[in-house]
Amino acid sequence: MNRGPLIFLGIFFALAFSWTGVVLTNQIQYGSLTPFYDQGEGKTFPEQRSGLAERGRLVYQDLGCLYCHSQQVRRPGFGADTERGWGERQSVARDYVNDKRVYLGTMRTGPDLRNIGARQPSPDWHFLHLFDPQLTSPGSIMAPFGFLYEYRRIVGERSPKALKLPGDYAKRRSLDTPGYELVPTARAEALVAYLLSLKDTYEFPEAKPYVPKKSGGAK
Amino acid sequence: MPDAPSLASSLNPATPTDAVARAELSEIDASAKWPVIVFLLSGLAWLLVGTVFALISSIKLHTPEFLGDYEWLTFGRARTAHLNSVVYGWSTNVAFAVAFWLMARLSRARLRHGGLLIVAACFWNLGVTIGVIGILAGDSTSIEWLEIPPYATPLLFVAYALVGVWAVITFRFRKSEHIYVSQWYLLAALFWFPWLYSVAQIMLIFEPARGTVQALVNWWFAHNVLGLWFTPIGLAAAYYFIPKVLGKPIHSYYLSVLGFWSLAIFYNWAGVHHLIGGPVPAWVISAGIAASLMMVIPVVVTAINHHLTMVGSFSALRYSPTLRFVVFGAMNYTLVSLIGSTMAIRGVNETTHFTHFTVAHAHQGMYAFFTMVMFGSVYYILPRLLLKEWPSATLIRTHFWATAIGITLYWVGLSIGGWIQGTEMNNGGIAFIDVVQHTIPYLFMRSVSGIVITIGHVAFAVNVVWMLCARRPAGATVPTLFHPGPVLSTPTIR
Repeated sequence: MNRGPLIFLGIFFALAFSWTGVVLTNQIQYGSLTPFYDQGEGKTFPEQRSGLAERGRLVYQDLGCLYCHSQQVRRPGFGADTERGWGERQSVARDYVNDKRVYLGTMRTGPDLRNIGARQPSPDWHFLHLFDPQLTSPGSIMAPFGFLYEYRRIVGERSPKALKLPGDYAKRRSLDTPGYELVPTARAEALVAYLLSLKDTYEFPEAKPYVPKKSGGAK
Repeated sequence: MPDAPSLASSLNPATPTDAVARAELSEIDASAKWPVIVFLLSGLAWLLVGTVFALISSIKLHTPEFLGDYEWLTFGRARTAHLNSVVYGWSTNVAFAVAFWLMARLSRARLRHGGLLIVAACFWNLGVTIGVIGILAGDSTSIEWLEIPPYATPLLFVAYALVGVWAVITFRFRKSEHIYVSQWYLLAALFWFPWLYSVAQIMLIFEPARGTVQALVNWWFAHNVLGLWFTPIGLAAAYYFIPKVLGKPIHSYYLSVLGFWSLAIFYNWAGVHHLIGGPVPAWVISAGIAASLMMVIPVVVTAINHHLTMVGSFSALRYSPTLRFVVFGAMNYTLVSLIGSTMAIRGVNETTHFTHFTVAHAHQGMYAFFTMVMFGSVYYILPRLLLKEWPSATLIRTHFWATAIGITLYWVGLSIGGWIQGTEMNNGGIAFIDVVQHTIPYLFMRSVSGIVITIGHVAFAVNVVWMLCARRPAGATVPTLFHPGPVLSTPTIR
């Protein structure tokens, strides 16, 4: 192999091969996949996110949540995703067509979040959990996000959004000063709105909820 | 008059022993001196920065309240700063340094206008610095391996263009008729990387593709950074230094041709195995799995070539720091690649996907293989550029054992932990919090191994700085070896 140009051509076509196959072909195959209009419901799925949730997506992105949480449900029988209640059905490509950036993720240090909005619909739970995961999930190794909250003097009335911390916890963390309250910042609110928007609880012709067989050994 | 190269001489990159050739080599080394040193030193600085972020993120994963109040150092950012410092800071800088030196040496051509390369180094490091600060400040793109915010990437692109063009120019001015296997790998790597990087930037950040096509582009890029950028540079160095230090030709020319082209064809499809079970077309996943399995061919072929070259010369590992690091790396290349092919099989991937097993695997590839080969290369190159010897064999020994033991502990521990995590996660009867709790001992072990590796890095850094500051001795010098007085076939051992 002493001919430079020939080596170069080989090198060029080697990468051109996978670029065509993995990138171009898929872009042509389903790069213009559209949302699905459900005539029964009179709505288009997946639905657009609210502006607040869209801002929350950016918080999710800047804090690097995807390094511990995936957003994809594997098919029943491949892993235990549906058994764990992470989704009623497997995720399909159409679920993601409205996501400006796709956070499929490759790690499950924590649980999958593709349907966290359906699984854990309470904003209060999320606010407590993000402030200190030990409050809601003792033994968790998730990072606390105290910096998304503000401990401030109550002006006028107590904010309806103020966190209701357990008494002994507030005391231990010195968060029980009378006249003070712990409130989520705008970023925390946006992030929770985004988490609550994560729910693929609709059907596509190509993706229906998994119904386990009544009899038979296969799980 | 140059003779037509005999088959044996064209297979062997060993230094000709006559004085004219030696003078030529020292002229080439002198021309490469400053660019290579600048890349090496900036790489070293990033290695230390990356190590600090590594320790912070590792500790956070078993003790989450550690530095928990600092938004800049929250796990998702510290971990990402670690990845980008070691991948684009340390690994790419040292890859540039080693690639340039190898290219100049193998082409027997002086590096022209090295000053421009120093400009490229400044651009590159400025880009990475802005990128890492941007990530810590919250501007990460959260696209794996492409987290550097878009305002820093043009700097990287300018730097890369200069580097790539300069390597090709050096190659064009080659005096040697034969193109050695290392040069194929270097040329290919230097050409592939900008293609991958620009396609990924365009299709993910500037004009994003819709839906999960993004994930395909992401993993086509991210796996190919390993497969088509770091792996070829690591293999180029191993192909050069093993025969060079031993003073004997590589085992088989034909195997090296087969190894190169099979890697070129199969590796670049393999990245899709990161999406097994995911919402992308099944055919492309199957193709990715097939390519991952086909990777056994280049890996076994390269393993035969490297390891059979070593056969009969294992005693040299007792003496030569370069050889010890490079051979450790080459062995891990074989191991990590075969494990990687296995992990692509659907039944295995069902367990290993989404677990620390993959993290262990990535570190075995980037560290136990690539970084160790680069350490070995630096031990060979730097004395030839500075015309000084390494000040301390003890520090080299510390460096080797700390990093070798540290990364082995890391890999073994986290692989076991990851496998347990995967099997438990796939058992719906075990509560998720229990799965998490059962990984903690292994995560703790990772922090311990991280501290051991850090000791090695400090020893390395001290030795490099000491060497730079030491006064150059008069007359001929003797290479710094682990044990004095080996008698090998050539005097070039280092």
